[in-house]
Amino acid sequence: MDLLTAVFVAPFLDMAGSPVFLAEVVIVGVLTGVMYSLVALGFVLIFKASGVFNFAQGVMVLFAALTLVGLMERGVPVWLAILMTILVMIGLAFAIERFMLRHLVNQEPIILFMATIGLAFVLEGVGETLWGSNVKALDVGIPNASFEVGGILLNEFDLFAAASCAVLVAVLAVFFHYTTIGRALRAVADDHQAALSVGIPLKTIWVIVWSVAGFVGLVAGIMWGARSGVQFSLSLIALKALPVLILGGFTSVPGAIVGGLIIGVGEKIAEIYWGPLLGGAIENWFAYMLALVFLVFRPQGLFGERIIERV
Amino acid sequence: MIYREAGQFKTTYTADQAVFPIVQDRWFIAAVAFLALGVPFVANEYWLQVVLIPFLLFSLAAIGLNLLTGYTGQLSLGTGGFMAVGGYMTYKITTAFPDLNILVVFAAAGLISAGAGLVFGLPSLRIKGFYLAVATLASQFFLGWLFNRVGWFYNYSSSGTITAPPREILGIMVTGPEATAEVRYYVALAIVTVMAVAAKNLVRGRIGRSWMAIRDMDVAAEIIGIRPFRTKLLAFSISSFYCGVAGAMLVFLWLGSAETEAFDIVVSFDVLFMIIIGGLGSILGSFLGAAFIVLVPVLLTNAPQLFGLTMAIDLQKHIEVVLFGSLIIFFLIVEPNGLARLWQITKEKLRLWPFPY
Repeated sequence: MDLLTAVFVAPFLDMAGSPVFLAEVVIVGVLTGVMYSLVALGFVLIFKASGVFNFAQGVMVLFAALTLVGLMERGVPVWLAILMTILVMIGLAFAIERFMLRHLVNQEPIILFMATIGLAFVLEGVGETLWGSNVKALDVGIPNASFEVGGILLNEFDLFAAASCAVLVAVLAVFFHYTTIGRALRAVADDHQAALSVGIPLKTIWVIVWSVAGFVGLVAGIMWGARSGVQFSLSLIALKALPVLILGGFTSVPGAIVGGLIIGVGEKIAEIYWGPLLGGAIENWFAYMLALVFLVFRPQGLFGERIIERV
Repeated sequence: MIYREAGQFKTTYTADQAVFPIVQDRWFIAAVAFLALGVPFVANEYWLQVVLIPFLLFSLAAIGLNLLTGYTGQLSLGTGGFMAVGGYMTYKITTAFPDLNILVVFAAAGLISAGAGLVFGLPSLRIKGFYLAVATLASQFFLGWLFNRVGWFYNYSSSGTITAPPREILGIMVTGPEATAEVRYYVALAIVTVMAVAAKNLVRGRIGRSWMAIRDMDVAAEIIGIRPFRTKLLAFSISSFYCGVAGAMLVFLWLGSAETEAFDIVVSFDVLFMIIIGGLGSILGSFLGAAFIVLVPVLLTNAPQLFGLTMAIDLQKHIEVVLFGSLIIFFLIVEPNGLARLWQITKEKLRLWPFPY
């Protein structure tokens, strides 16, 4: 009985008891969720355009952040360092297309998936060989002061992250819907062969998608790096983005955002109200369980394309 | 010329249905068995401990995952979690019942991990492909957390480590600090041989065929009368049984003591690499893949000394990682069907060689 109360009644009483605290938890959750979305976005872009489940996205975030920090440590001004990192990510996209994807056209999805894990190893090793593996602080001049709104503590940095995520999504939406390249990307996502037959260059499209994913990775890297330092564990946030991904659906940009928010909020609430009951640190698996429960009802995620099977 | 079945006539159904119908294959297996039995006489402790024992236990885990991913087509990233169930449950059972034969304990722990596989396999009835792969990560993280947090599983020891207690079979020390590497090697070899033969026969029979039908297209398989519910869950539980026993071997026959880190997600990925590089849907491939993944890091670690190079340790570590990743990409590009396919091609070539016309 005690246990039932502790699971089903007490947490809700706690929530009702101090709504301000609950609001704070929710806001922290939303802002963390935004950060997850940023990483998940990179996955979605590549999966949409090439059907590759890119496990290396997390390491690309790390790689971008490492390059940026490495350049800044050598005295390059921030704006130039960011530009140079973008160039590096584009170069990386070229290399990936040339040396990996091109040879793996028409392979099973699982082979491509494993290849991206191999890629993750390579990038991690190269990044750490070039820039060293110790923890680095990243400071690109994002304000980081706290202030209060209606008794709720907010952090300028988190708001900045949320704002830049919103801008990024808006830009991507415009890019996908109104530019020629964007249309071509959607065409490729729809049907590779049909896209090829109307003269869309598949290889170029892949380079573009991987470059865009690299850019999104850079933004995510800046945000996460500025918050918790640039280090190897940064690549592990990819694991946090995966439940976001299946929750939202692999093929949906809005899904990545909404999924990120649900996971972020759900995780924080669970950790704070139910965590102590279970011995803490449930954040690691809670997101996956949450996503699993969602999937049982909607196997394609919240916004994923409907899976139609024919014999 | 060397590998040719001409002149080998089968006169009974039993001969026709043999696992290795061709006499050259049987010789080959006999040679491998001879080598496997003889190797402790020539290899030193280092080789047994660093290469051969991990090779055997990872082969077993790879066979387990191959049954699930290669034969039934259910992509799983939870191997490490199921191996952890095996390891921790063996510890729990053998400390509770010290007199029980350790092999029985291994089997019991395998059964418990089969149960865990059954539970975490349930979502597979609704979700497929990469969605399922990510969903199986839930088992990986949840089980890792469980064994880390709940003291009951490691008998409330202060370090949170499980240590293999000394156990003997027929008066010979098999686990614990006093067991010699040779003994542990032979025990591992015996377990792996028995289970590999069982797996080989399993996939040839009705169950294996229903698995492959589900893999090739589950909707179609359902229409011809294969129950997806039963078949998929059976695959999950048998696969987890294999992984569980492998996990038990990892703690008791290889490392001697372990924490949950020994079963983290890296292990799951390694085992997945093994079956992809070895060959999906092939028992032989599981062995080849395990050999590759176990041997390559050992070679990479020792290579600089062979060439007389000295490097800073962290630099060497990074280069190792890069080389390992590049090798994986290279192999996937050159032979996406794995080493087992290469072996098959070699055999085809040998049929005609040296007179290819």
